[in-house]
Amino acid sequence: MSDQSVIGRRLRKVDGSAKATGKAVYTDDIILPGMLHAKILRSPHAHARILSIDTSEAEAMPGVRGVVLGHEMPKRYGIIPWTPDEQALAVDKVRYIGDGVAAVAAVDEDTANAAIRKIKVEYEVLEALMDPKVAAARKDLVIHDWNPRQVEKKGNISKHVDLAFGDVDGALASADVVVRNEYFFEGTTHAPIEPHCAVAQWEETPESDGTVKGKLTLWSATQVPHYLHRELAAVLELDQAQIRVIQPALGGAFGGKSEPFDLEFVVSKLAMKTGRPVKLLYTREEVFYSHRGRHPMLMDFSTGATRDGRLTGVKSRILIDGGAYTSFGLVTSYYAGQLLTGPYDFPTYAFDATRVYTNKPCCGPKRGHGSVQPRFAFEVQLDELAVKLGMDPIELRRKNFIGDDVTTVNGQKITSNGFLQCLDAVEAASEWKARRGKLGRGRGLGVAGSMYISGTAYPIYPNDMPQSGVMVRIDRSGVVAVHCGGSDIGQGLNSVLQYIAAEELGAPLEAVRVFAADTDLTPVDLGAYSSRGTFMMGNAAIEACRKLKAQIQSAVADKWGCGDKAVQLAGGYAVFAGDTAQRMPVQEAFQLAEAKFGSLASTGSYRTEKLGGDYRGGTIGASPAYSFTAHVADVSVDEETGVVTVHKIWVAHDCGKALAPVLVEGQMEGSAYMGAAEAVMEIQDFHDTGLHRRPSLLDYKMPTSMDVPDFEALIVESADPKGPYGAKEAGEGPLHPAIPAIANAIFDAVGVRLRKTPFTPAAVLAGLRAQA
Amino acid sequence: MKVVLPLKVNGDDYEVAVPPHWTLLEALRYELRLTGSKQGCDKGDCGACTVLVDGKPVLACLTLAVAARGKAITTIEGLAHRGKMDPVQDAFDESGALQCGFCQSGMMMSAKALLNERPDPTEEEMRLALSGNLCRCTGYTKIFDAVRRAAQLQAEARRVALGQDEG
Repeated sequence: MSDQSVIGRRLRKVDGSAKATGKAVYTDDIILPGMLHAKILRSPHAHARILSIDTSEAEAMPGVRGVVLGHEMPKRYGIIPWTPDEQALAVDKVRYIGDGVAAVAAVDEDTANAAIRKIKVEYEVLEALMDPKVAAARKDLVIHDWNPRQVEKKGNISKHVDLAFGDVDGALASADVVVRNEYFFEGTTHAPIEPHCAVAQWEETPESDGTVKGKLTLWSATQVPHYLHRELAAVLELDQAQIRVIQPALGGAFGGKSEPFDLEFVVSKLAMKTGRPVKLLYTREEVFYSHRGRHPMLMDFSTGATRDGRLTGVKSRILIDGGAYTSFGLVTSYYAGQLLTGPYDFPTYAFDATRVYTNKPCCGPKRGHGSVQPRFAFEVQLDELAVKLGMDPIELRRKNFIGDDVTTVNGQKITSNGFLQCLDAVEAASEWKARRGKLGRGRGLGVAGSMYISGTAYPIYPNDMPQSGVMVRIDRSGVVAVHCGGSDIGQGLNSVLQYIAAEELGAPLEAVRVFAADTDLTPVDLGAYSSRGTFMMGNAAIEACRKLKAQIQSAVADKWGCGDKAVQLAGGYAVFAGDTAQRMPVQEAFQLAEAKFGSLASTGSYRTEKLGGDYRGGTIGASPAYSFTAHVADVSVDEETGVVTVHKIWVAHDCGKALAPVLVEGQMEGSAYMGAAEAVMEIQDFHDTGLHRRPSLLDYKMPTSMDVPDFEALIVESADPKGPYGAKEAGEGPLHPAIPAIANAIFDAVGVRLRKTPFTPAAVLAGLRAQA
Repeated sequence: MKVVLPLKVNGDDYEVAVPPHWTLLEALRYELRLTGSKQGCDKGDCGACTVLVDGKPVLACLTLAVAARGKAITTIEGLAHRGKMDPVQDAFDESGALQCGFCQSGMMMSAKALLNERPDPTEEEMRLALSGNLCRCTGYTKIFDAVRRAAQLQAEARRVALGQDEG
């Protein structure tokens, strides 16, 4: 790329100054004339039948304008179309403390809060199933007893996946060395600083034929506007064409806003009933109860290897605590096994994963969906194997490197693979060879690696349409307007669109505007999940821009009397390749193209080719490209108190190509932070009654500026053949190794092997006592 | 009954009518429509609502609006001067500290208060000054970069203002 390239430079974000000055508009910043405020009454019981609901006193209160109950929108929905098991508000039964039961819209929040307290609900309290082992065994008490398949066959099993590739039992039986242990990953939650919020407006305009259909506009703090659009239509029984979903600036998500939530249905229905705009902002406590965070997983792992350290087989049995509903649970159950088969070569592999319903807030996708937990178990197990074999754990990982342009044991196609460079980078930066083993007791280094998807090859609902669409319109003023349904959730997707359009069309950055995530104005993109954004949207944006670029080149070539390809667009100019002194401002070039071809606009689309293994579930985990990461963690353990201090994590990540290095580093640092937080601090857990133990940002301990380790981001670029300019994901992959790297560093420091997160002082002290 | 309250915000004098139990954050966001200060927890845990009251960082969600009577309040909207970003804002933007941005209004106000007191803070002072502001996106790495950069930018601006560059 030329000196004029935008791609690869350290740039400010397209929305940076709006966010720096407080001007960026988030959902809760929207205030509409006559707007009402809604609140949801939530269940105080973890498991109960609803016998009756009396809203008369609430409705009679001054200032109350509307009430809505579950039976008014009873249609079951779910982000995965095969497993619809949620209702906007509970109808017959509540399944966790915090399940929504009724909602009120009033002139202000205080009135709405007072009104929900006047609603009388009569419950028949049922036994709460809190332990997934117990729930899995109970056939007499079924949480989803509305579903005959659950009652007759599955009980409280939400999903069971059992896949085997090759003769893993034979491989383990004949292995020189086998390590087998049980690992547990505790639940954690996303805790974005912005609570969920939604605002709805309903407008009724009579049609010429006298019918009144109405139009709903919903602003929501969502990371999946398109899926939300579809679910709203289904549950509210409206045509999709009657609904417009807009995602304003979003204050963090991490997977916690990637499916519809009760508030979106509630404000919509209340707006329809009252004819007034309605807003609902979750309290922080409601955010904790809405959850959809990391599933607790109990994992039995076995790994076999030859004497010289070559893996022969890996086998796991995983029990997944799903909480009250399915959410993405079908996918989670597959991801728990499907995403483990790199960056190392598994000759044989089998996993058996069971997701179980319990009476707790529903788990779902948190950054590194489904694969962070087994990655923790497996990378700790590799460390145990290295100890057993007397091998350096980095060498063990190098030795089993699967390579690039290969197919994994479960049929996933790996294109580019920079994992070895990642290992080299963290080894060098941490001075692994010089320092490891020489730090004295109490301080240690640990390593871990991982692989993650760059988008999932298949959309959530089967269809042949593109996964991402971008529309670019060029104005004769010189403005380039990029429209895309994609969700910027802070990761900087809108900035990436701006950079790509500027790169391709030669427009100055300040002339590129981005219009995103508005279903009336932007082509569909499926949303911010599975690390798909840069890869899919980037490819769609390049396609859209190149169509226009060809027109501009053609029009300028006419004027200059040269070939089209001799016209280059960069740095605000159209430039003649043979003589850079011959140039014109790009605005002039745009006008020549408009004169020749008419108004300038184009679209680009991205769809994946057919990918994945040829077996049931073989497409889950299939991705057009995979990212790779290695971490080294430097840790101290205070043997008196058991406190673990993570000094530093070196994070090397193969993102293919860093289109925007500042953004890539930010994703790597933020991911490593989130992983380190799960390793040593964070717990989302519950009392036996189903009550959350710590539903506040004070009690749910997350790192502050005083606790956080140093992170050093080491970007590795393997230039993926399918990625935009070679790029792959950077948003989720770099989280995975943090947790096992810290666990392995603790072992290196004091010889205590921790197989259960988080690594609390109590756990460390118990390990030390067991040594003595 | 509402209380009619004079508030001095970002140099402007306002009179707002608020219920007596309203917080400063509610008065700023709902009455003055200064929505740059954010509500992340509404109980003093996250720091996203941090504003300066007489130059000191204060949690607007834990401060009653009536308690701010007669005091000089600065919000994120008041940091920029004649449309030009404050060095703190400029540095946060340049350093890539703004991911989702939701915590950053409060973070920048805490950083501003720190740099007003300590133009060249130590690492420890910096970490301590920001410890009441939770960020979930950045791992704080680029926030620390931004504060160091802001200190530099402020020092440069001060040198220019004192005319030392011409010497």
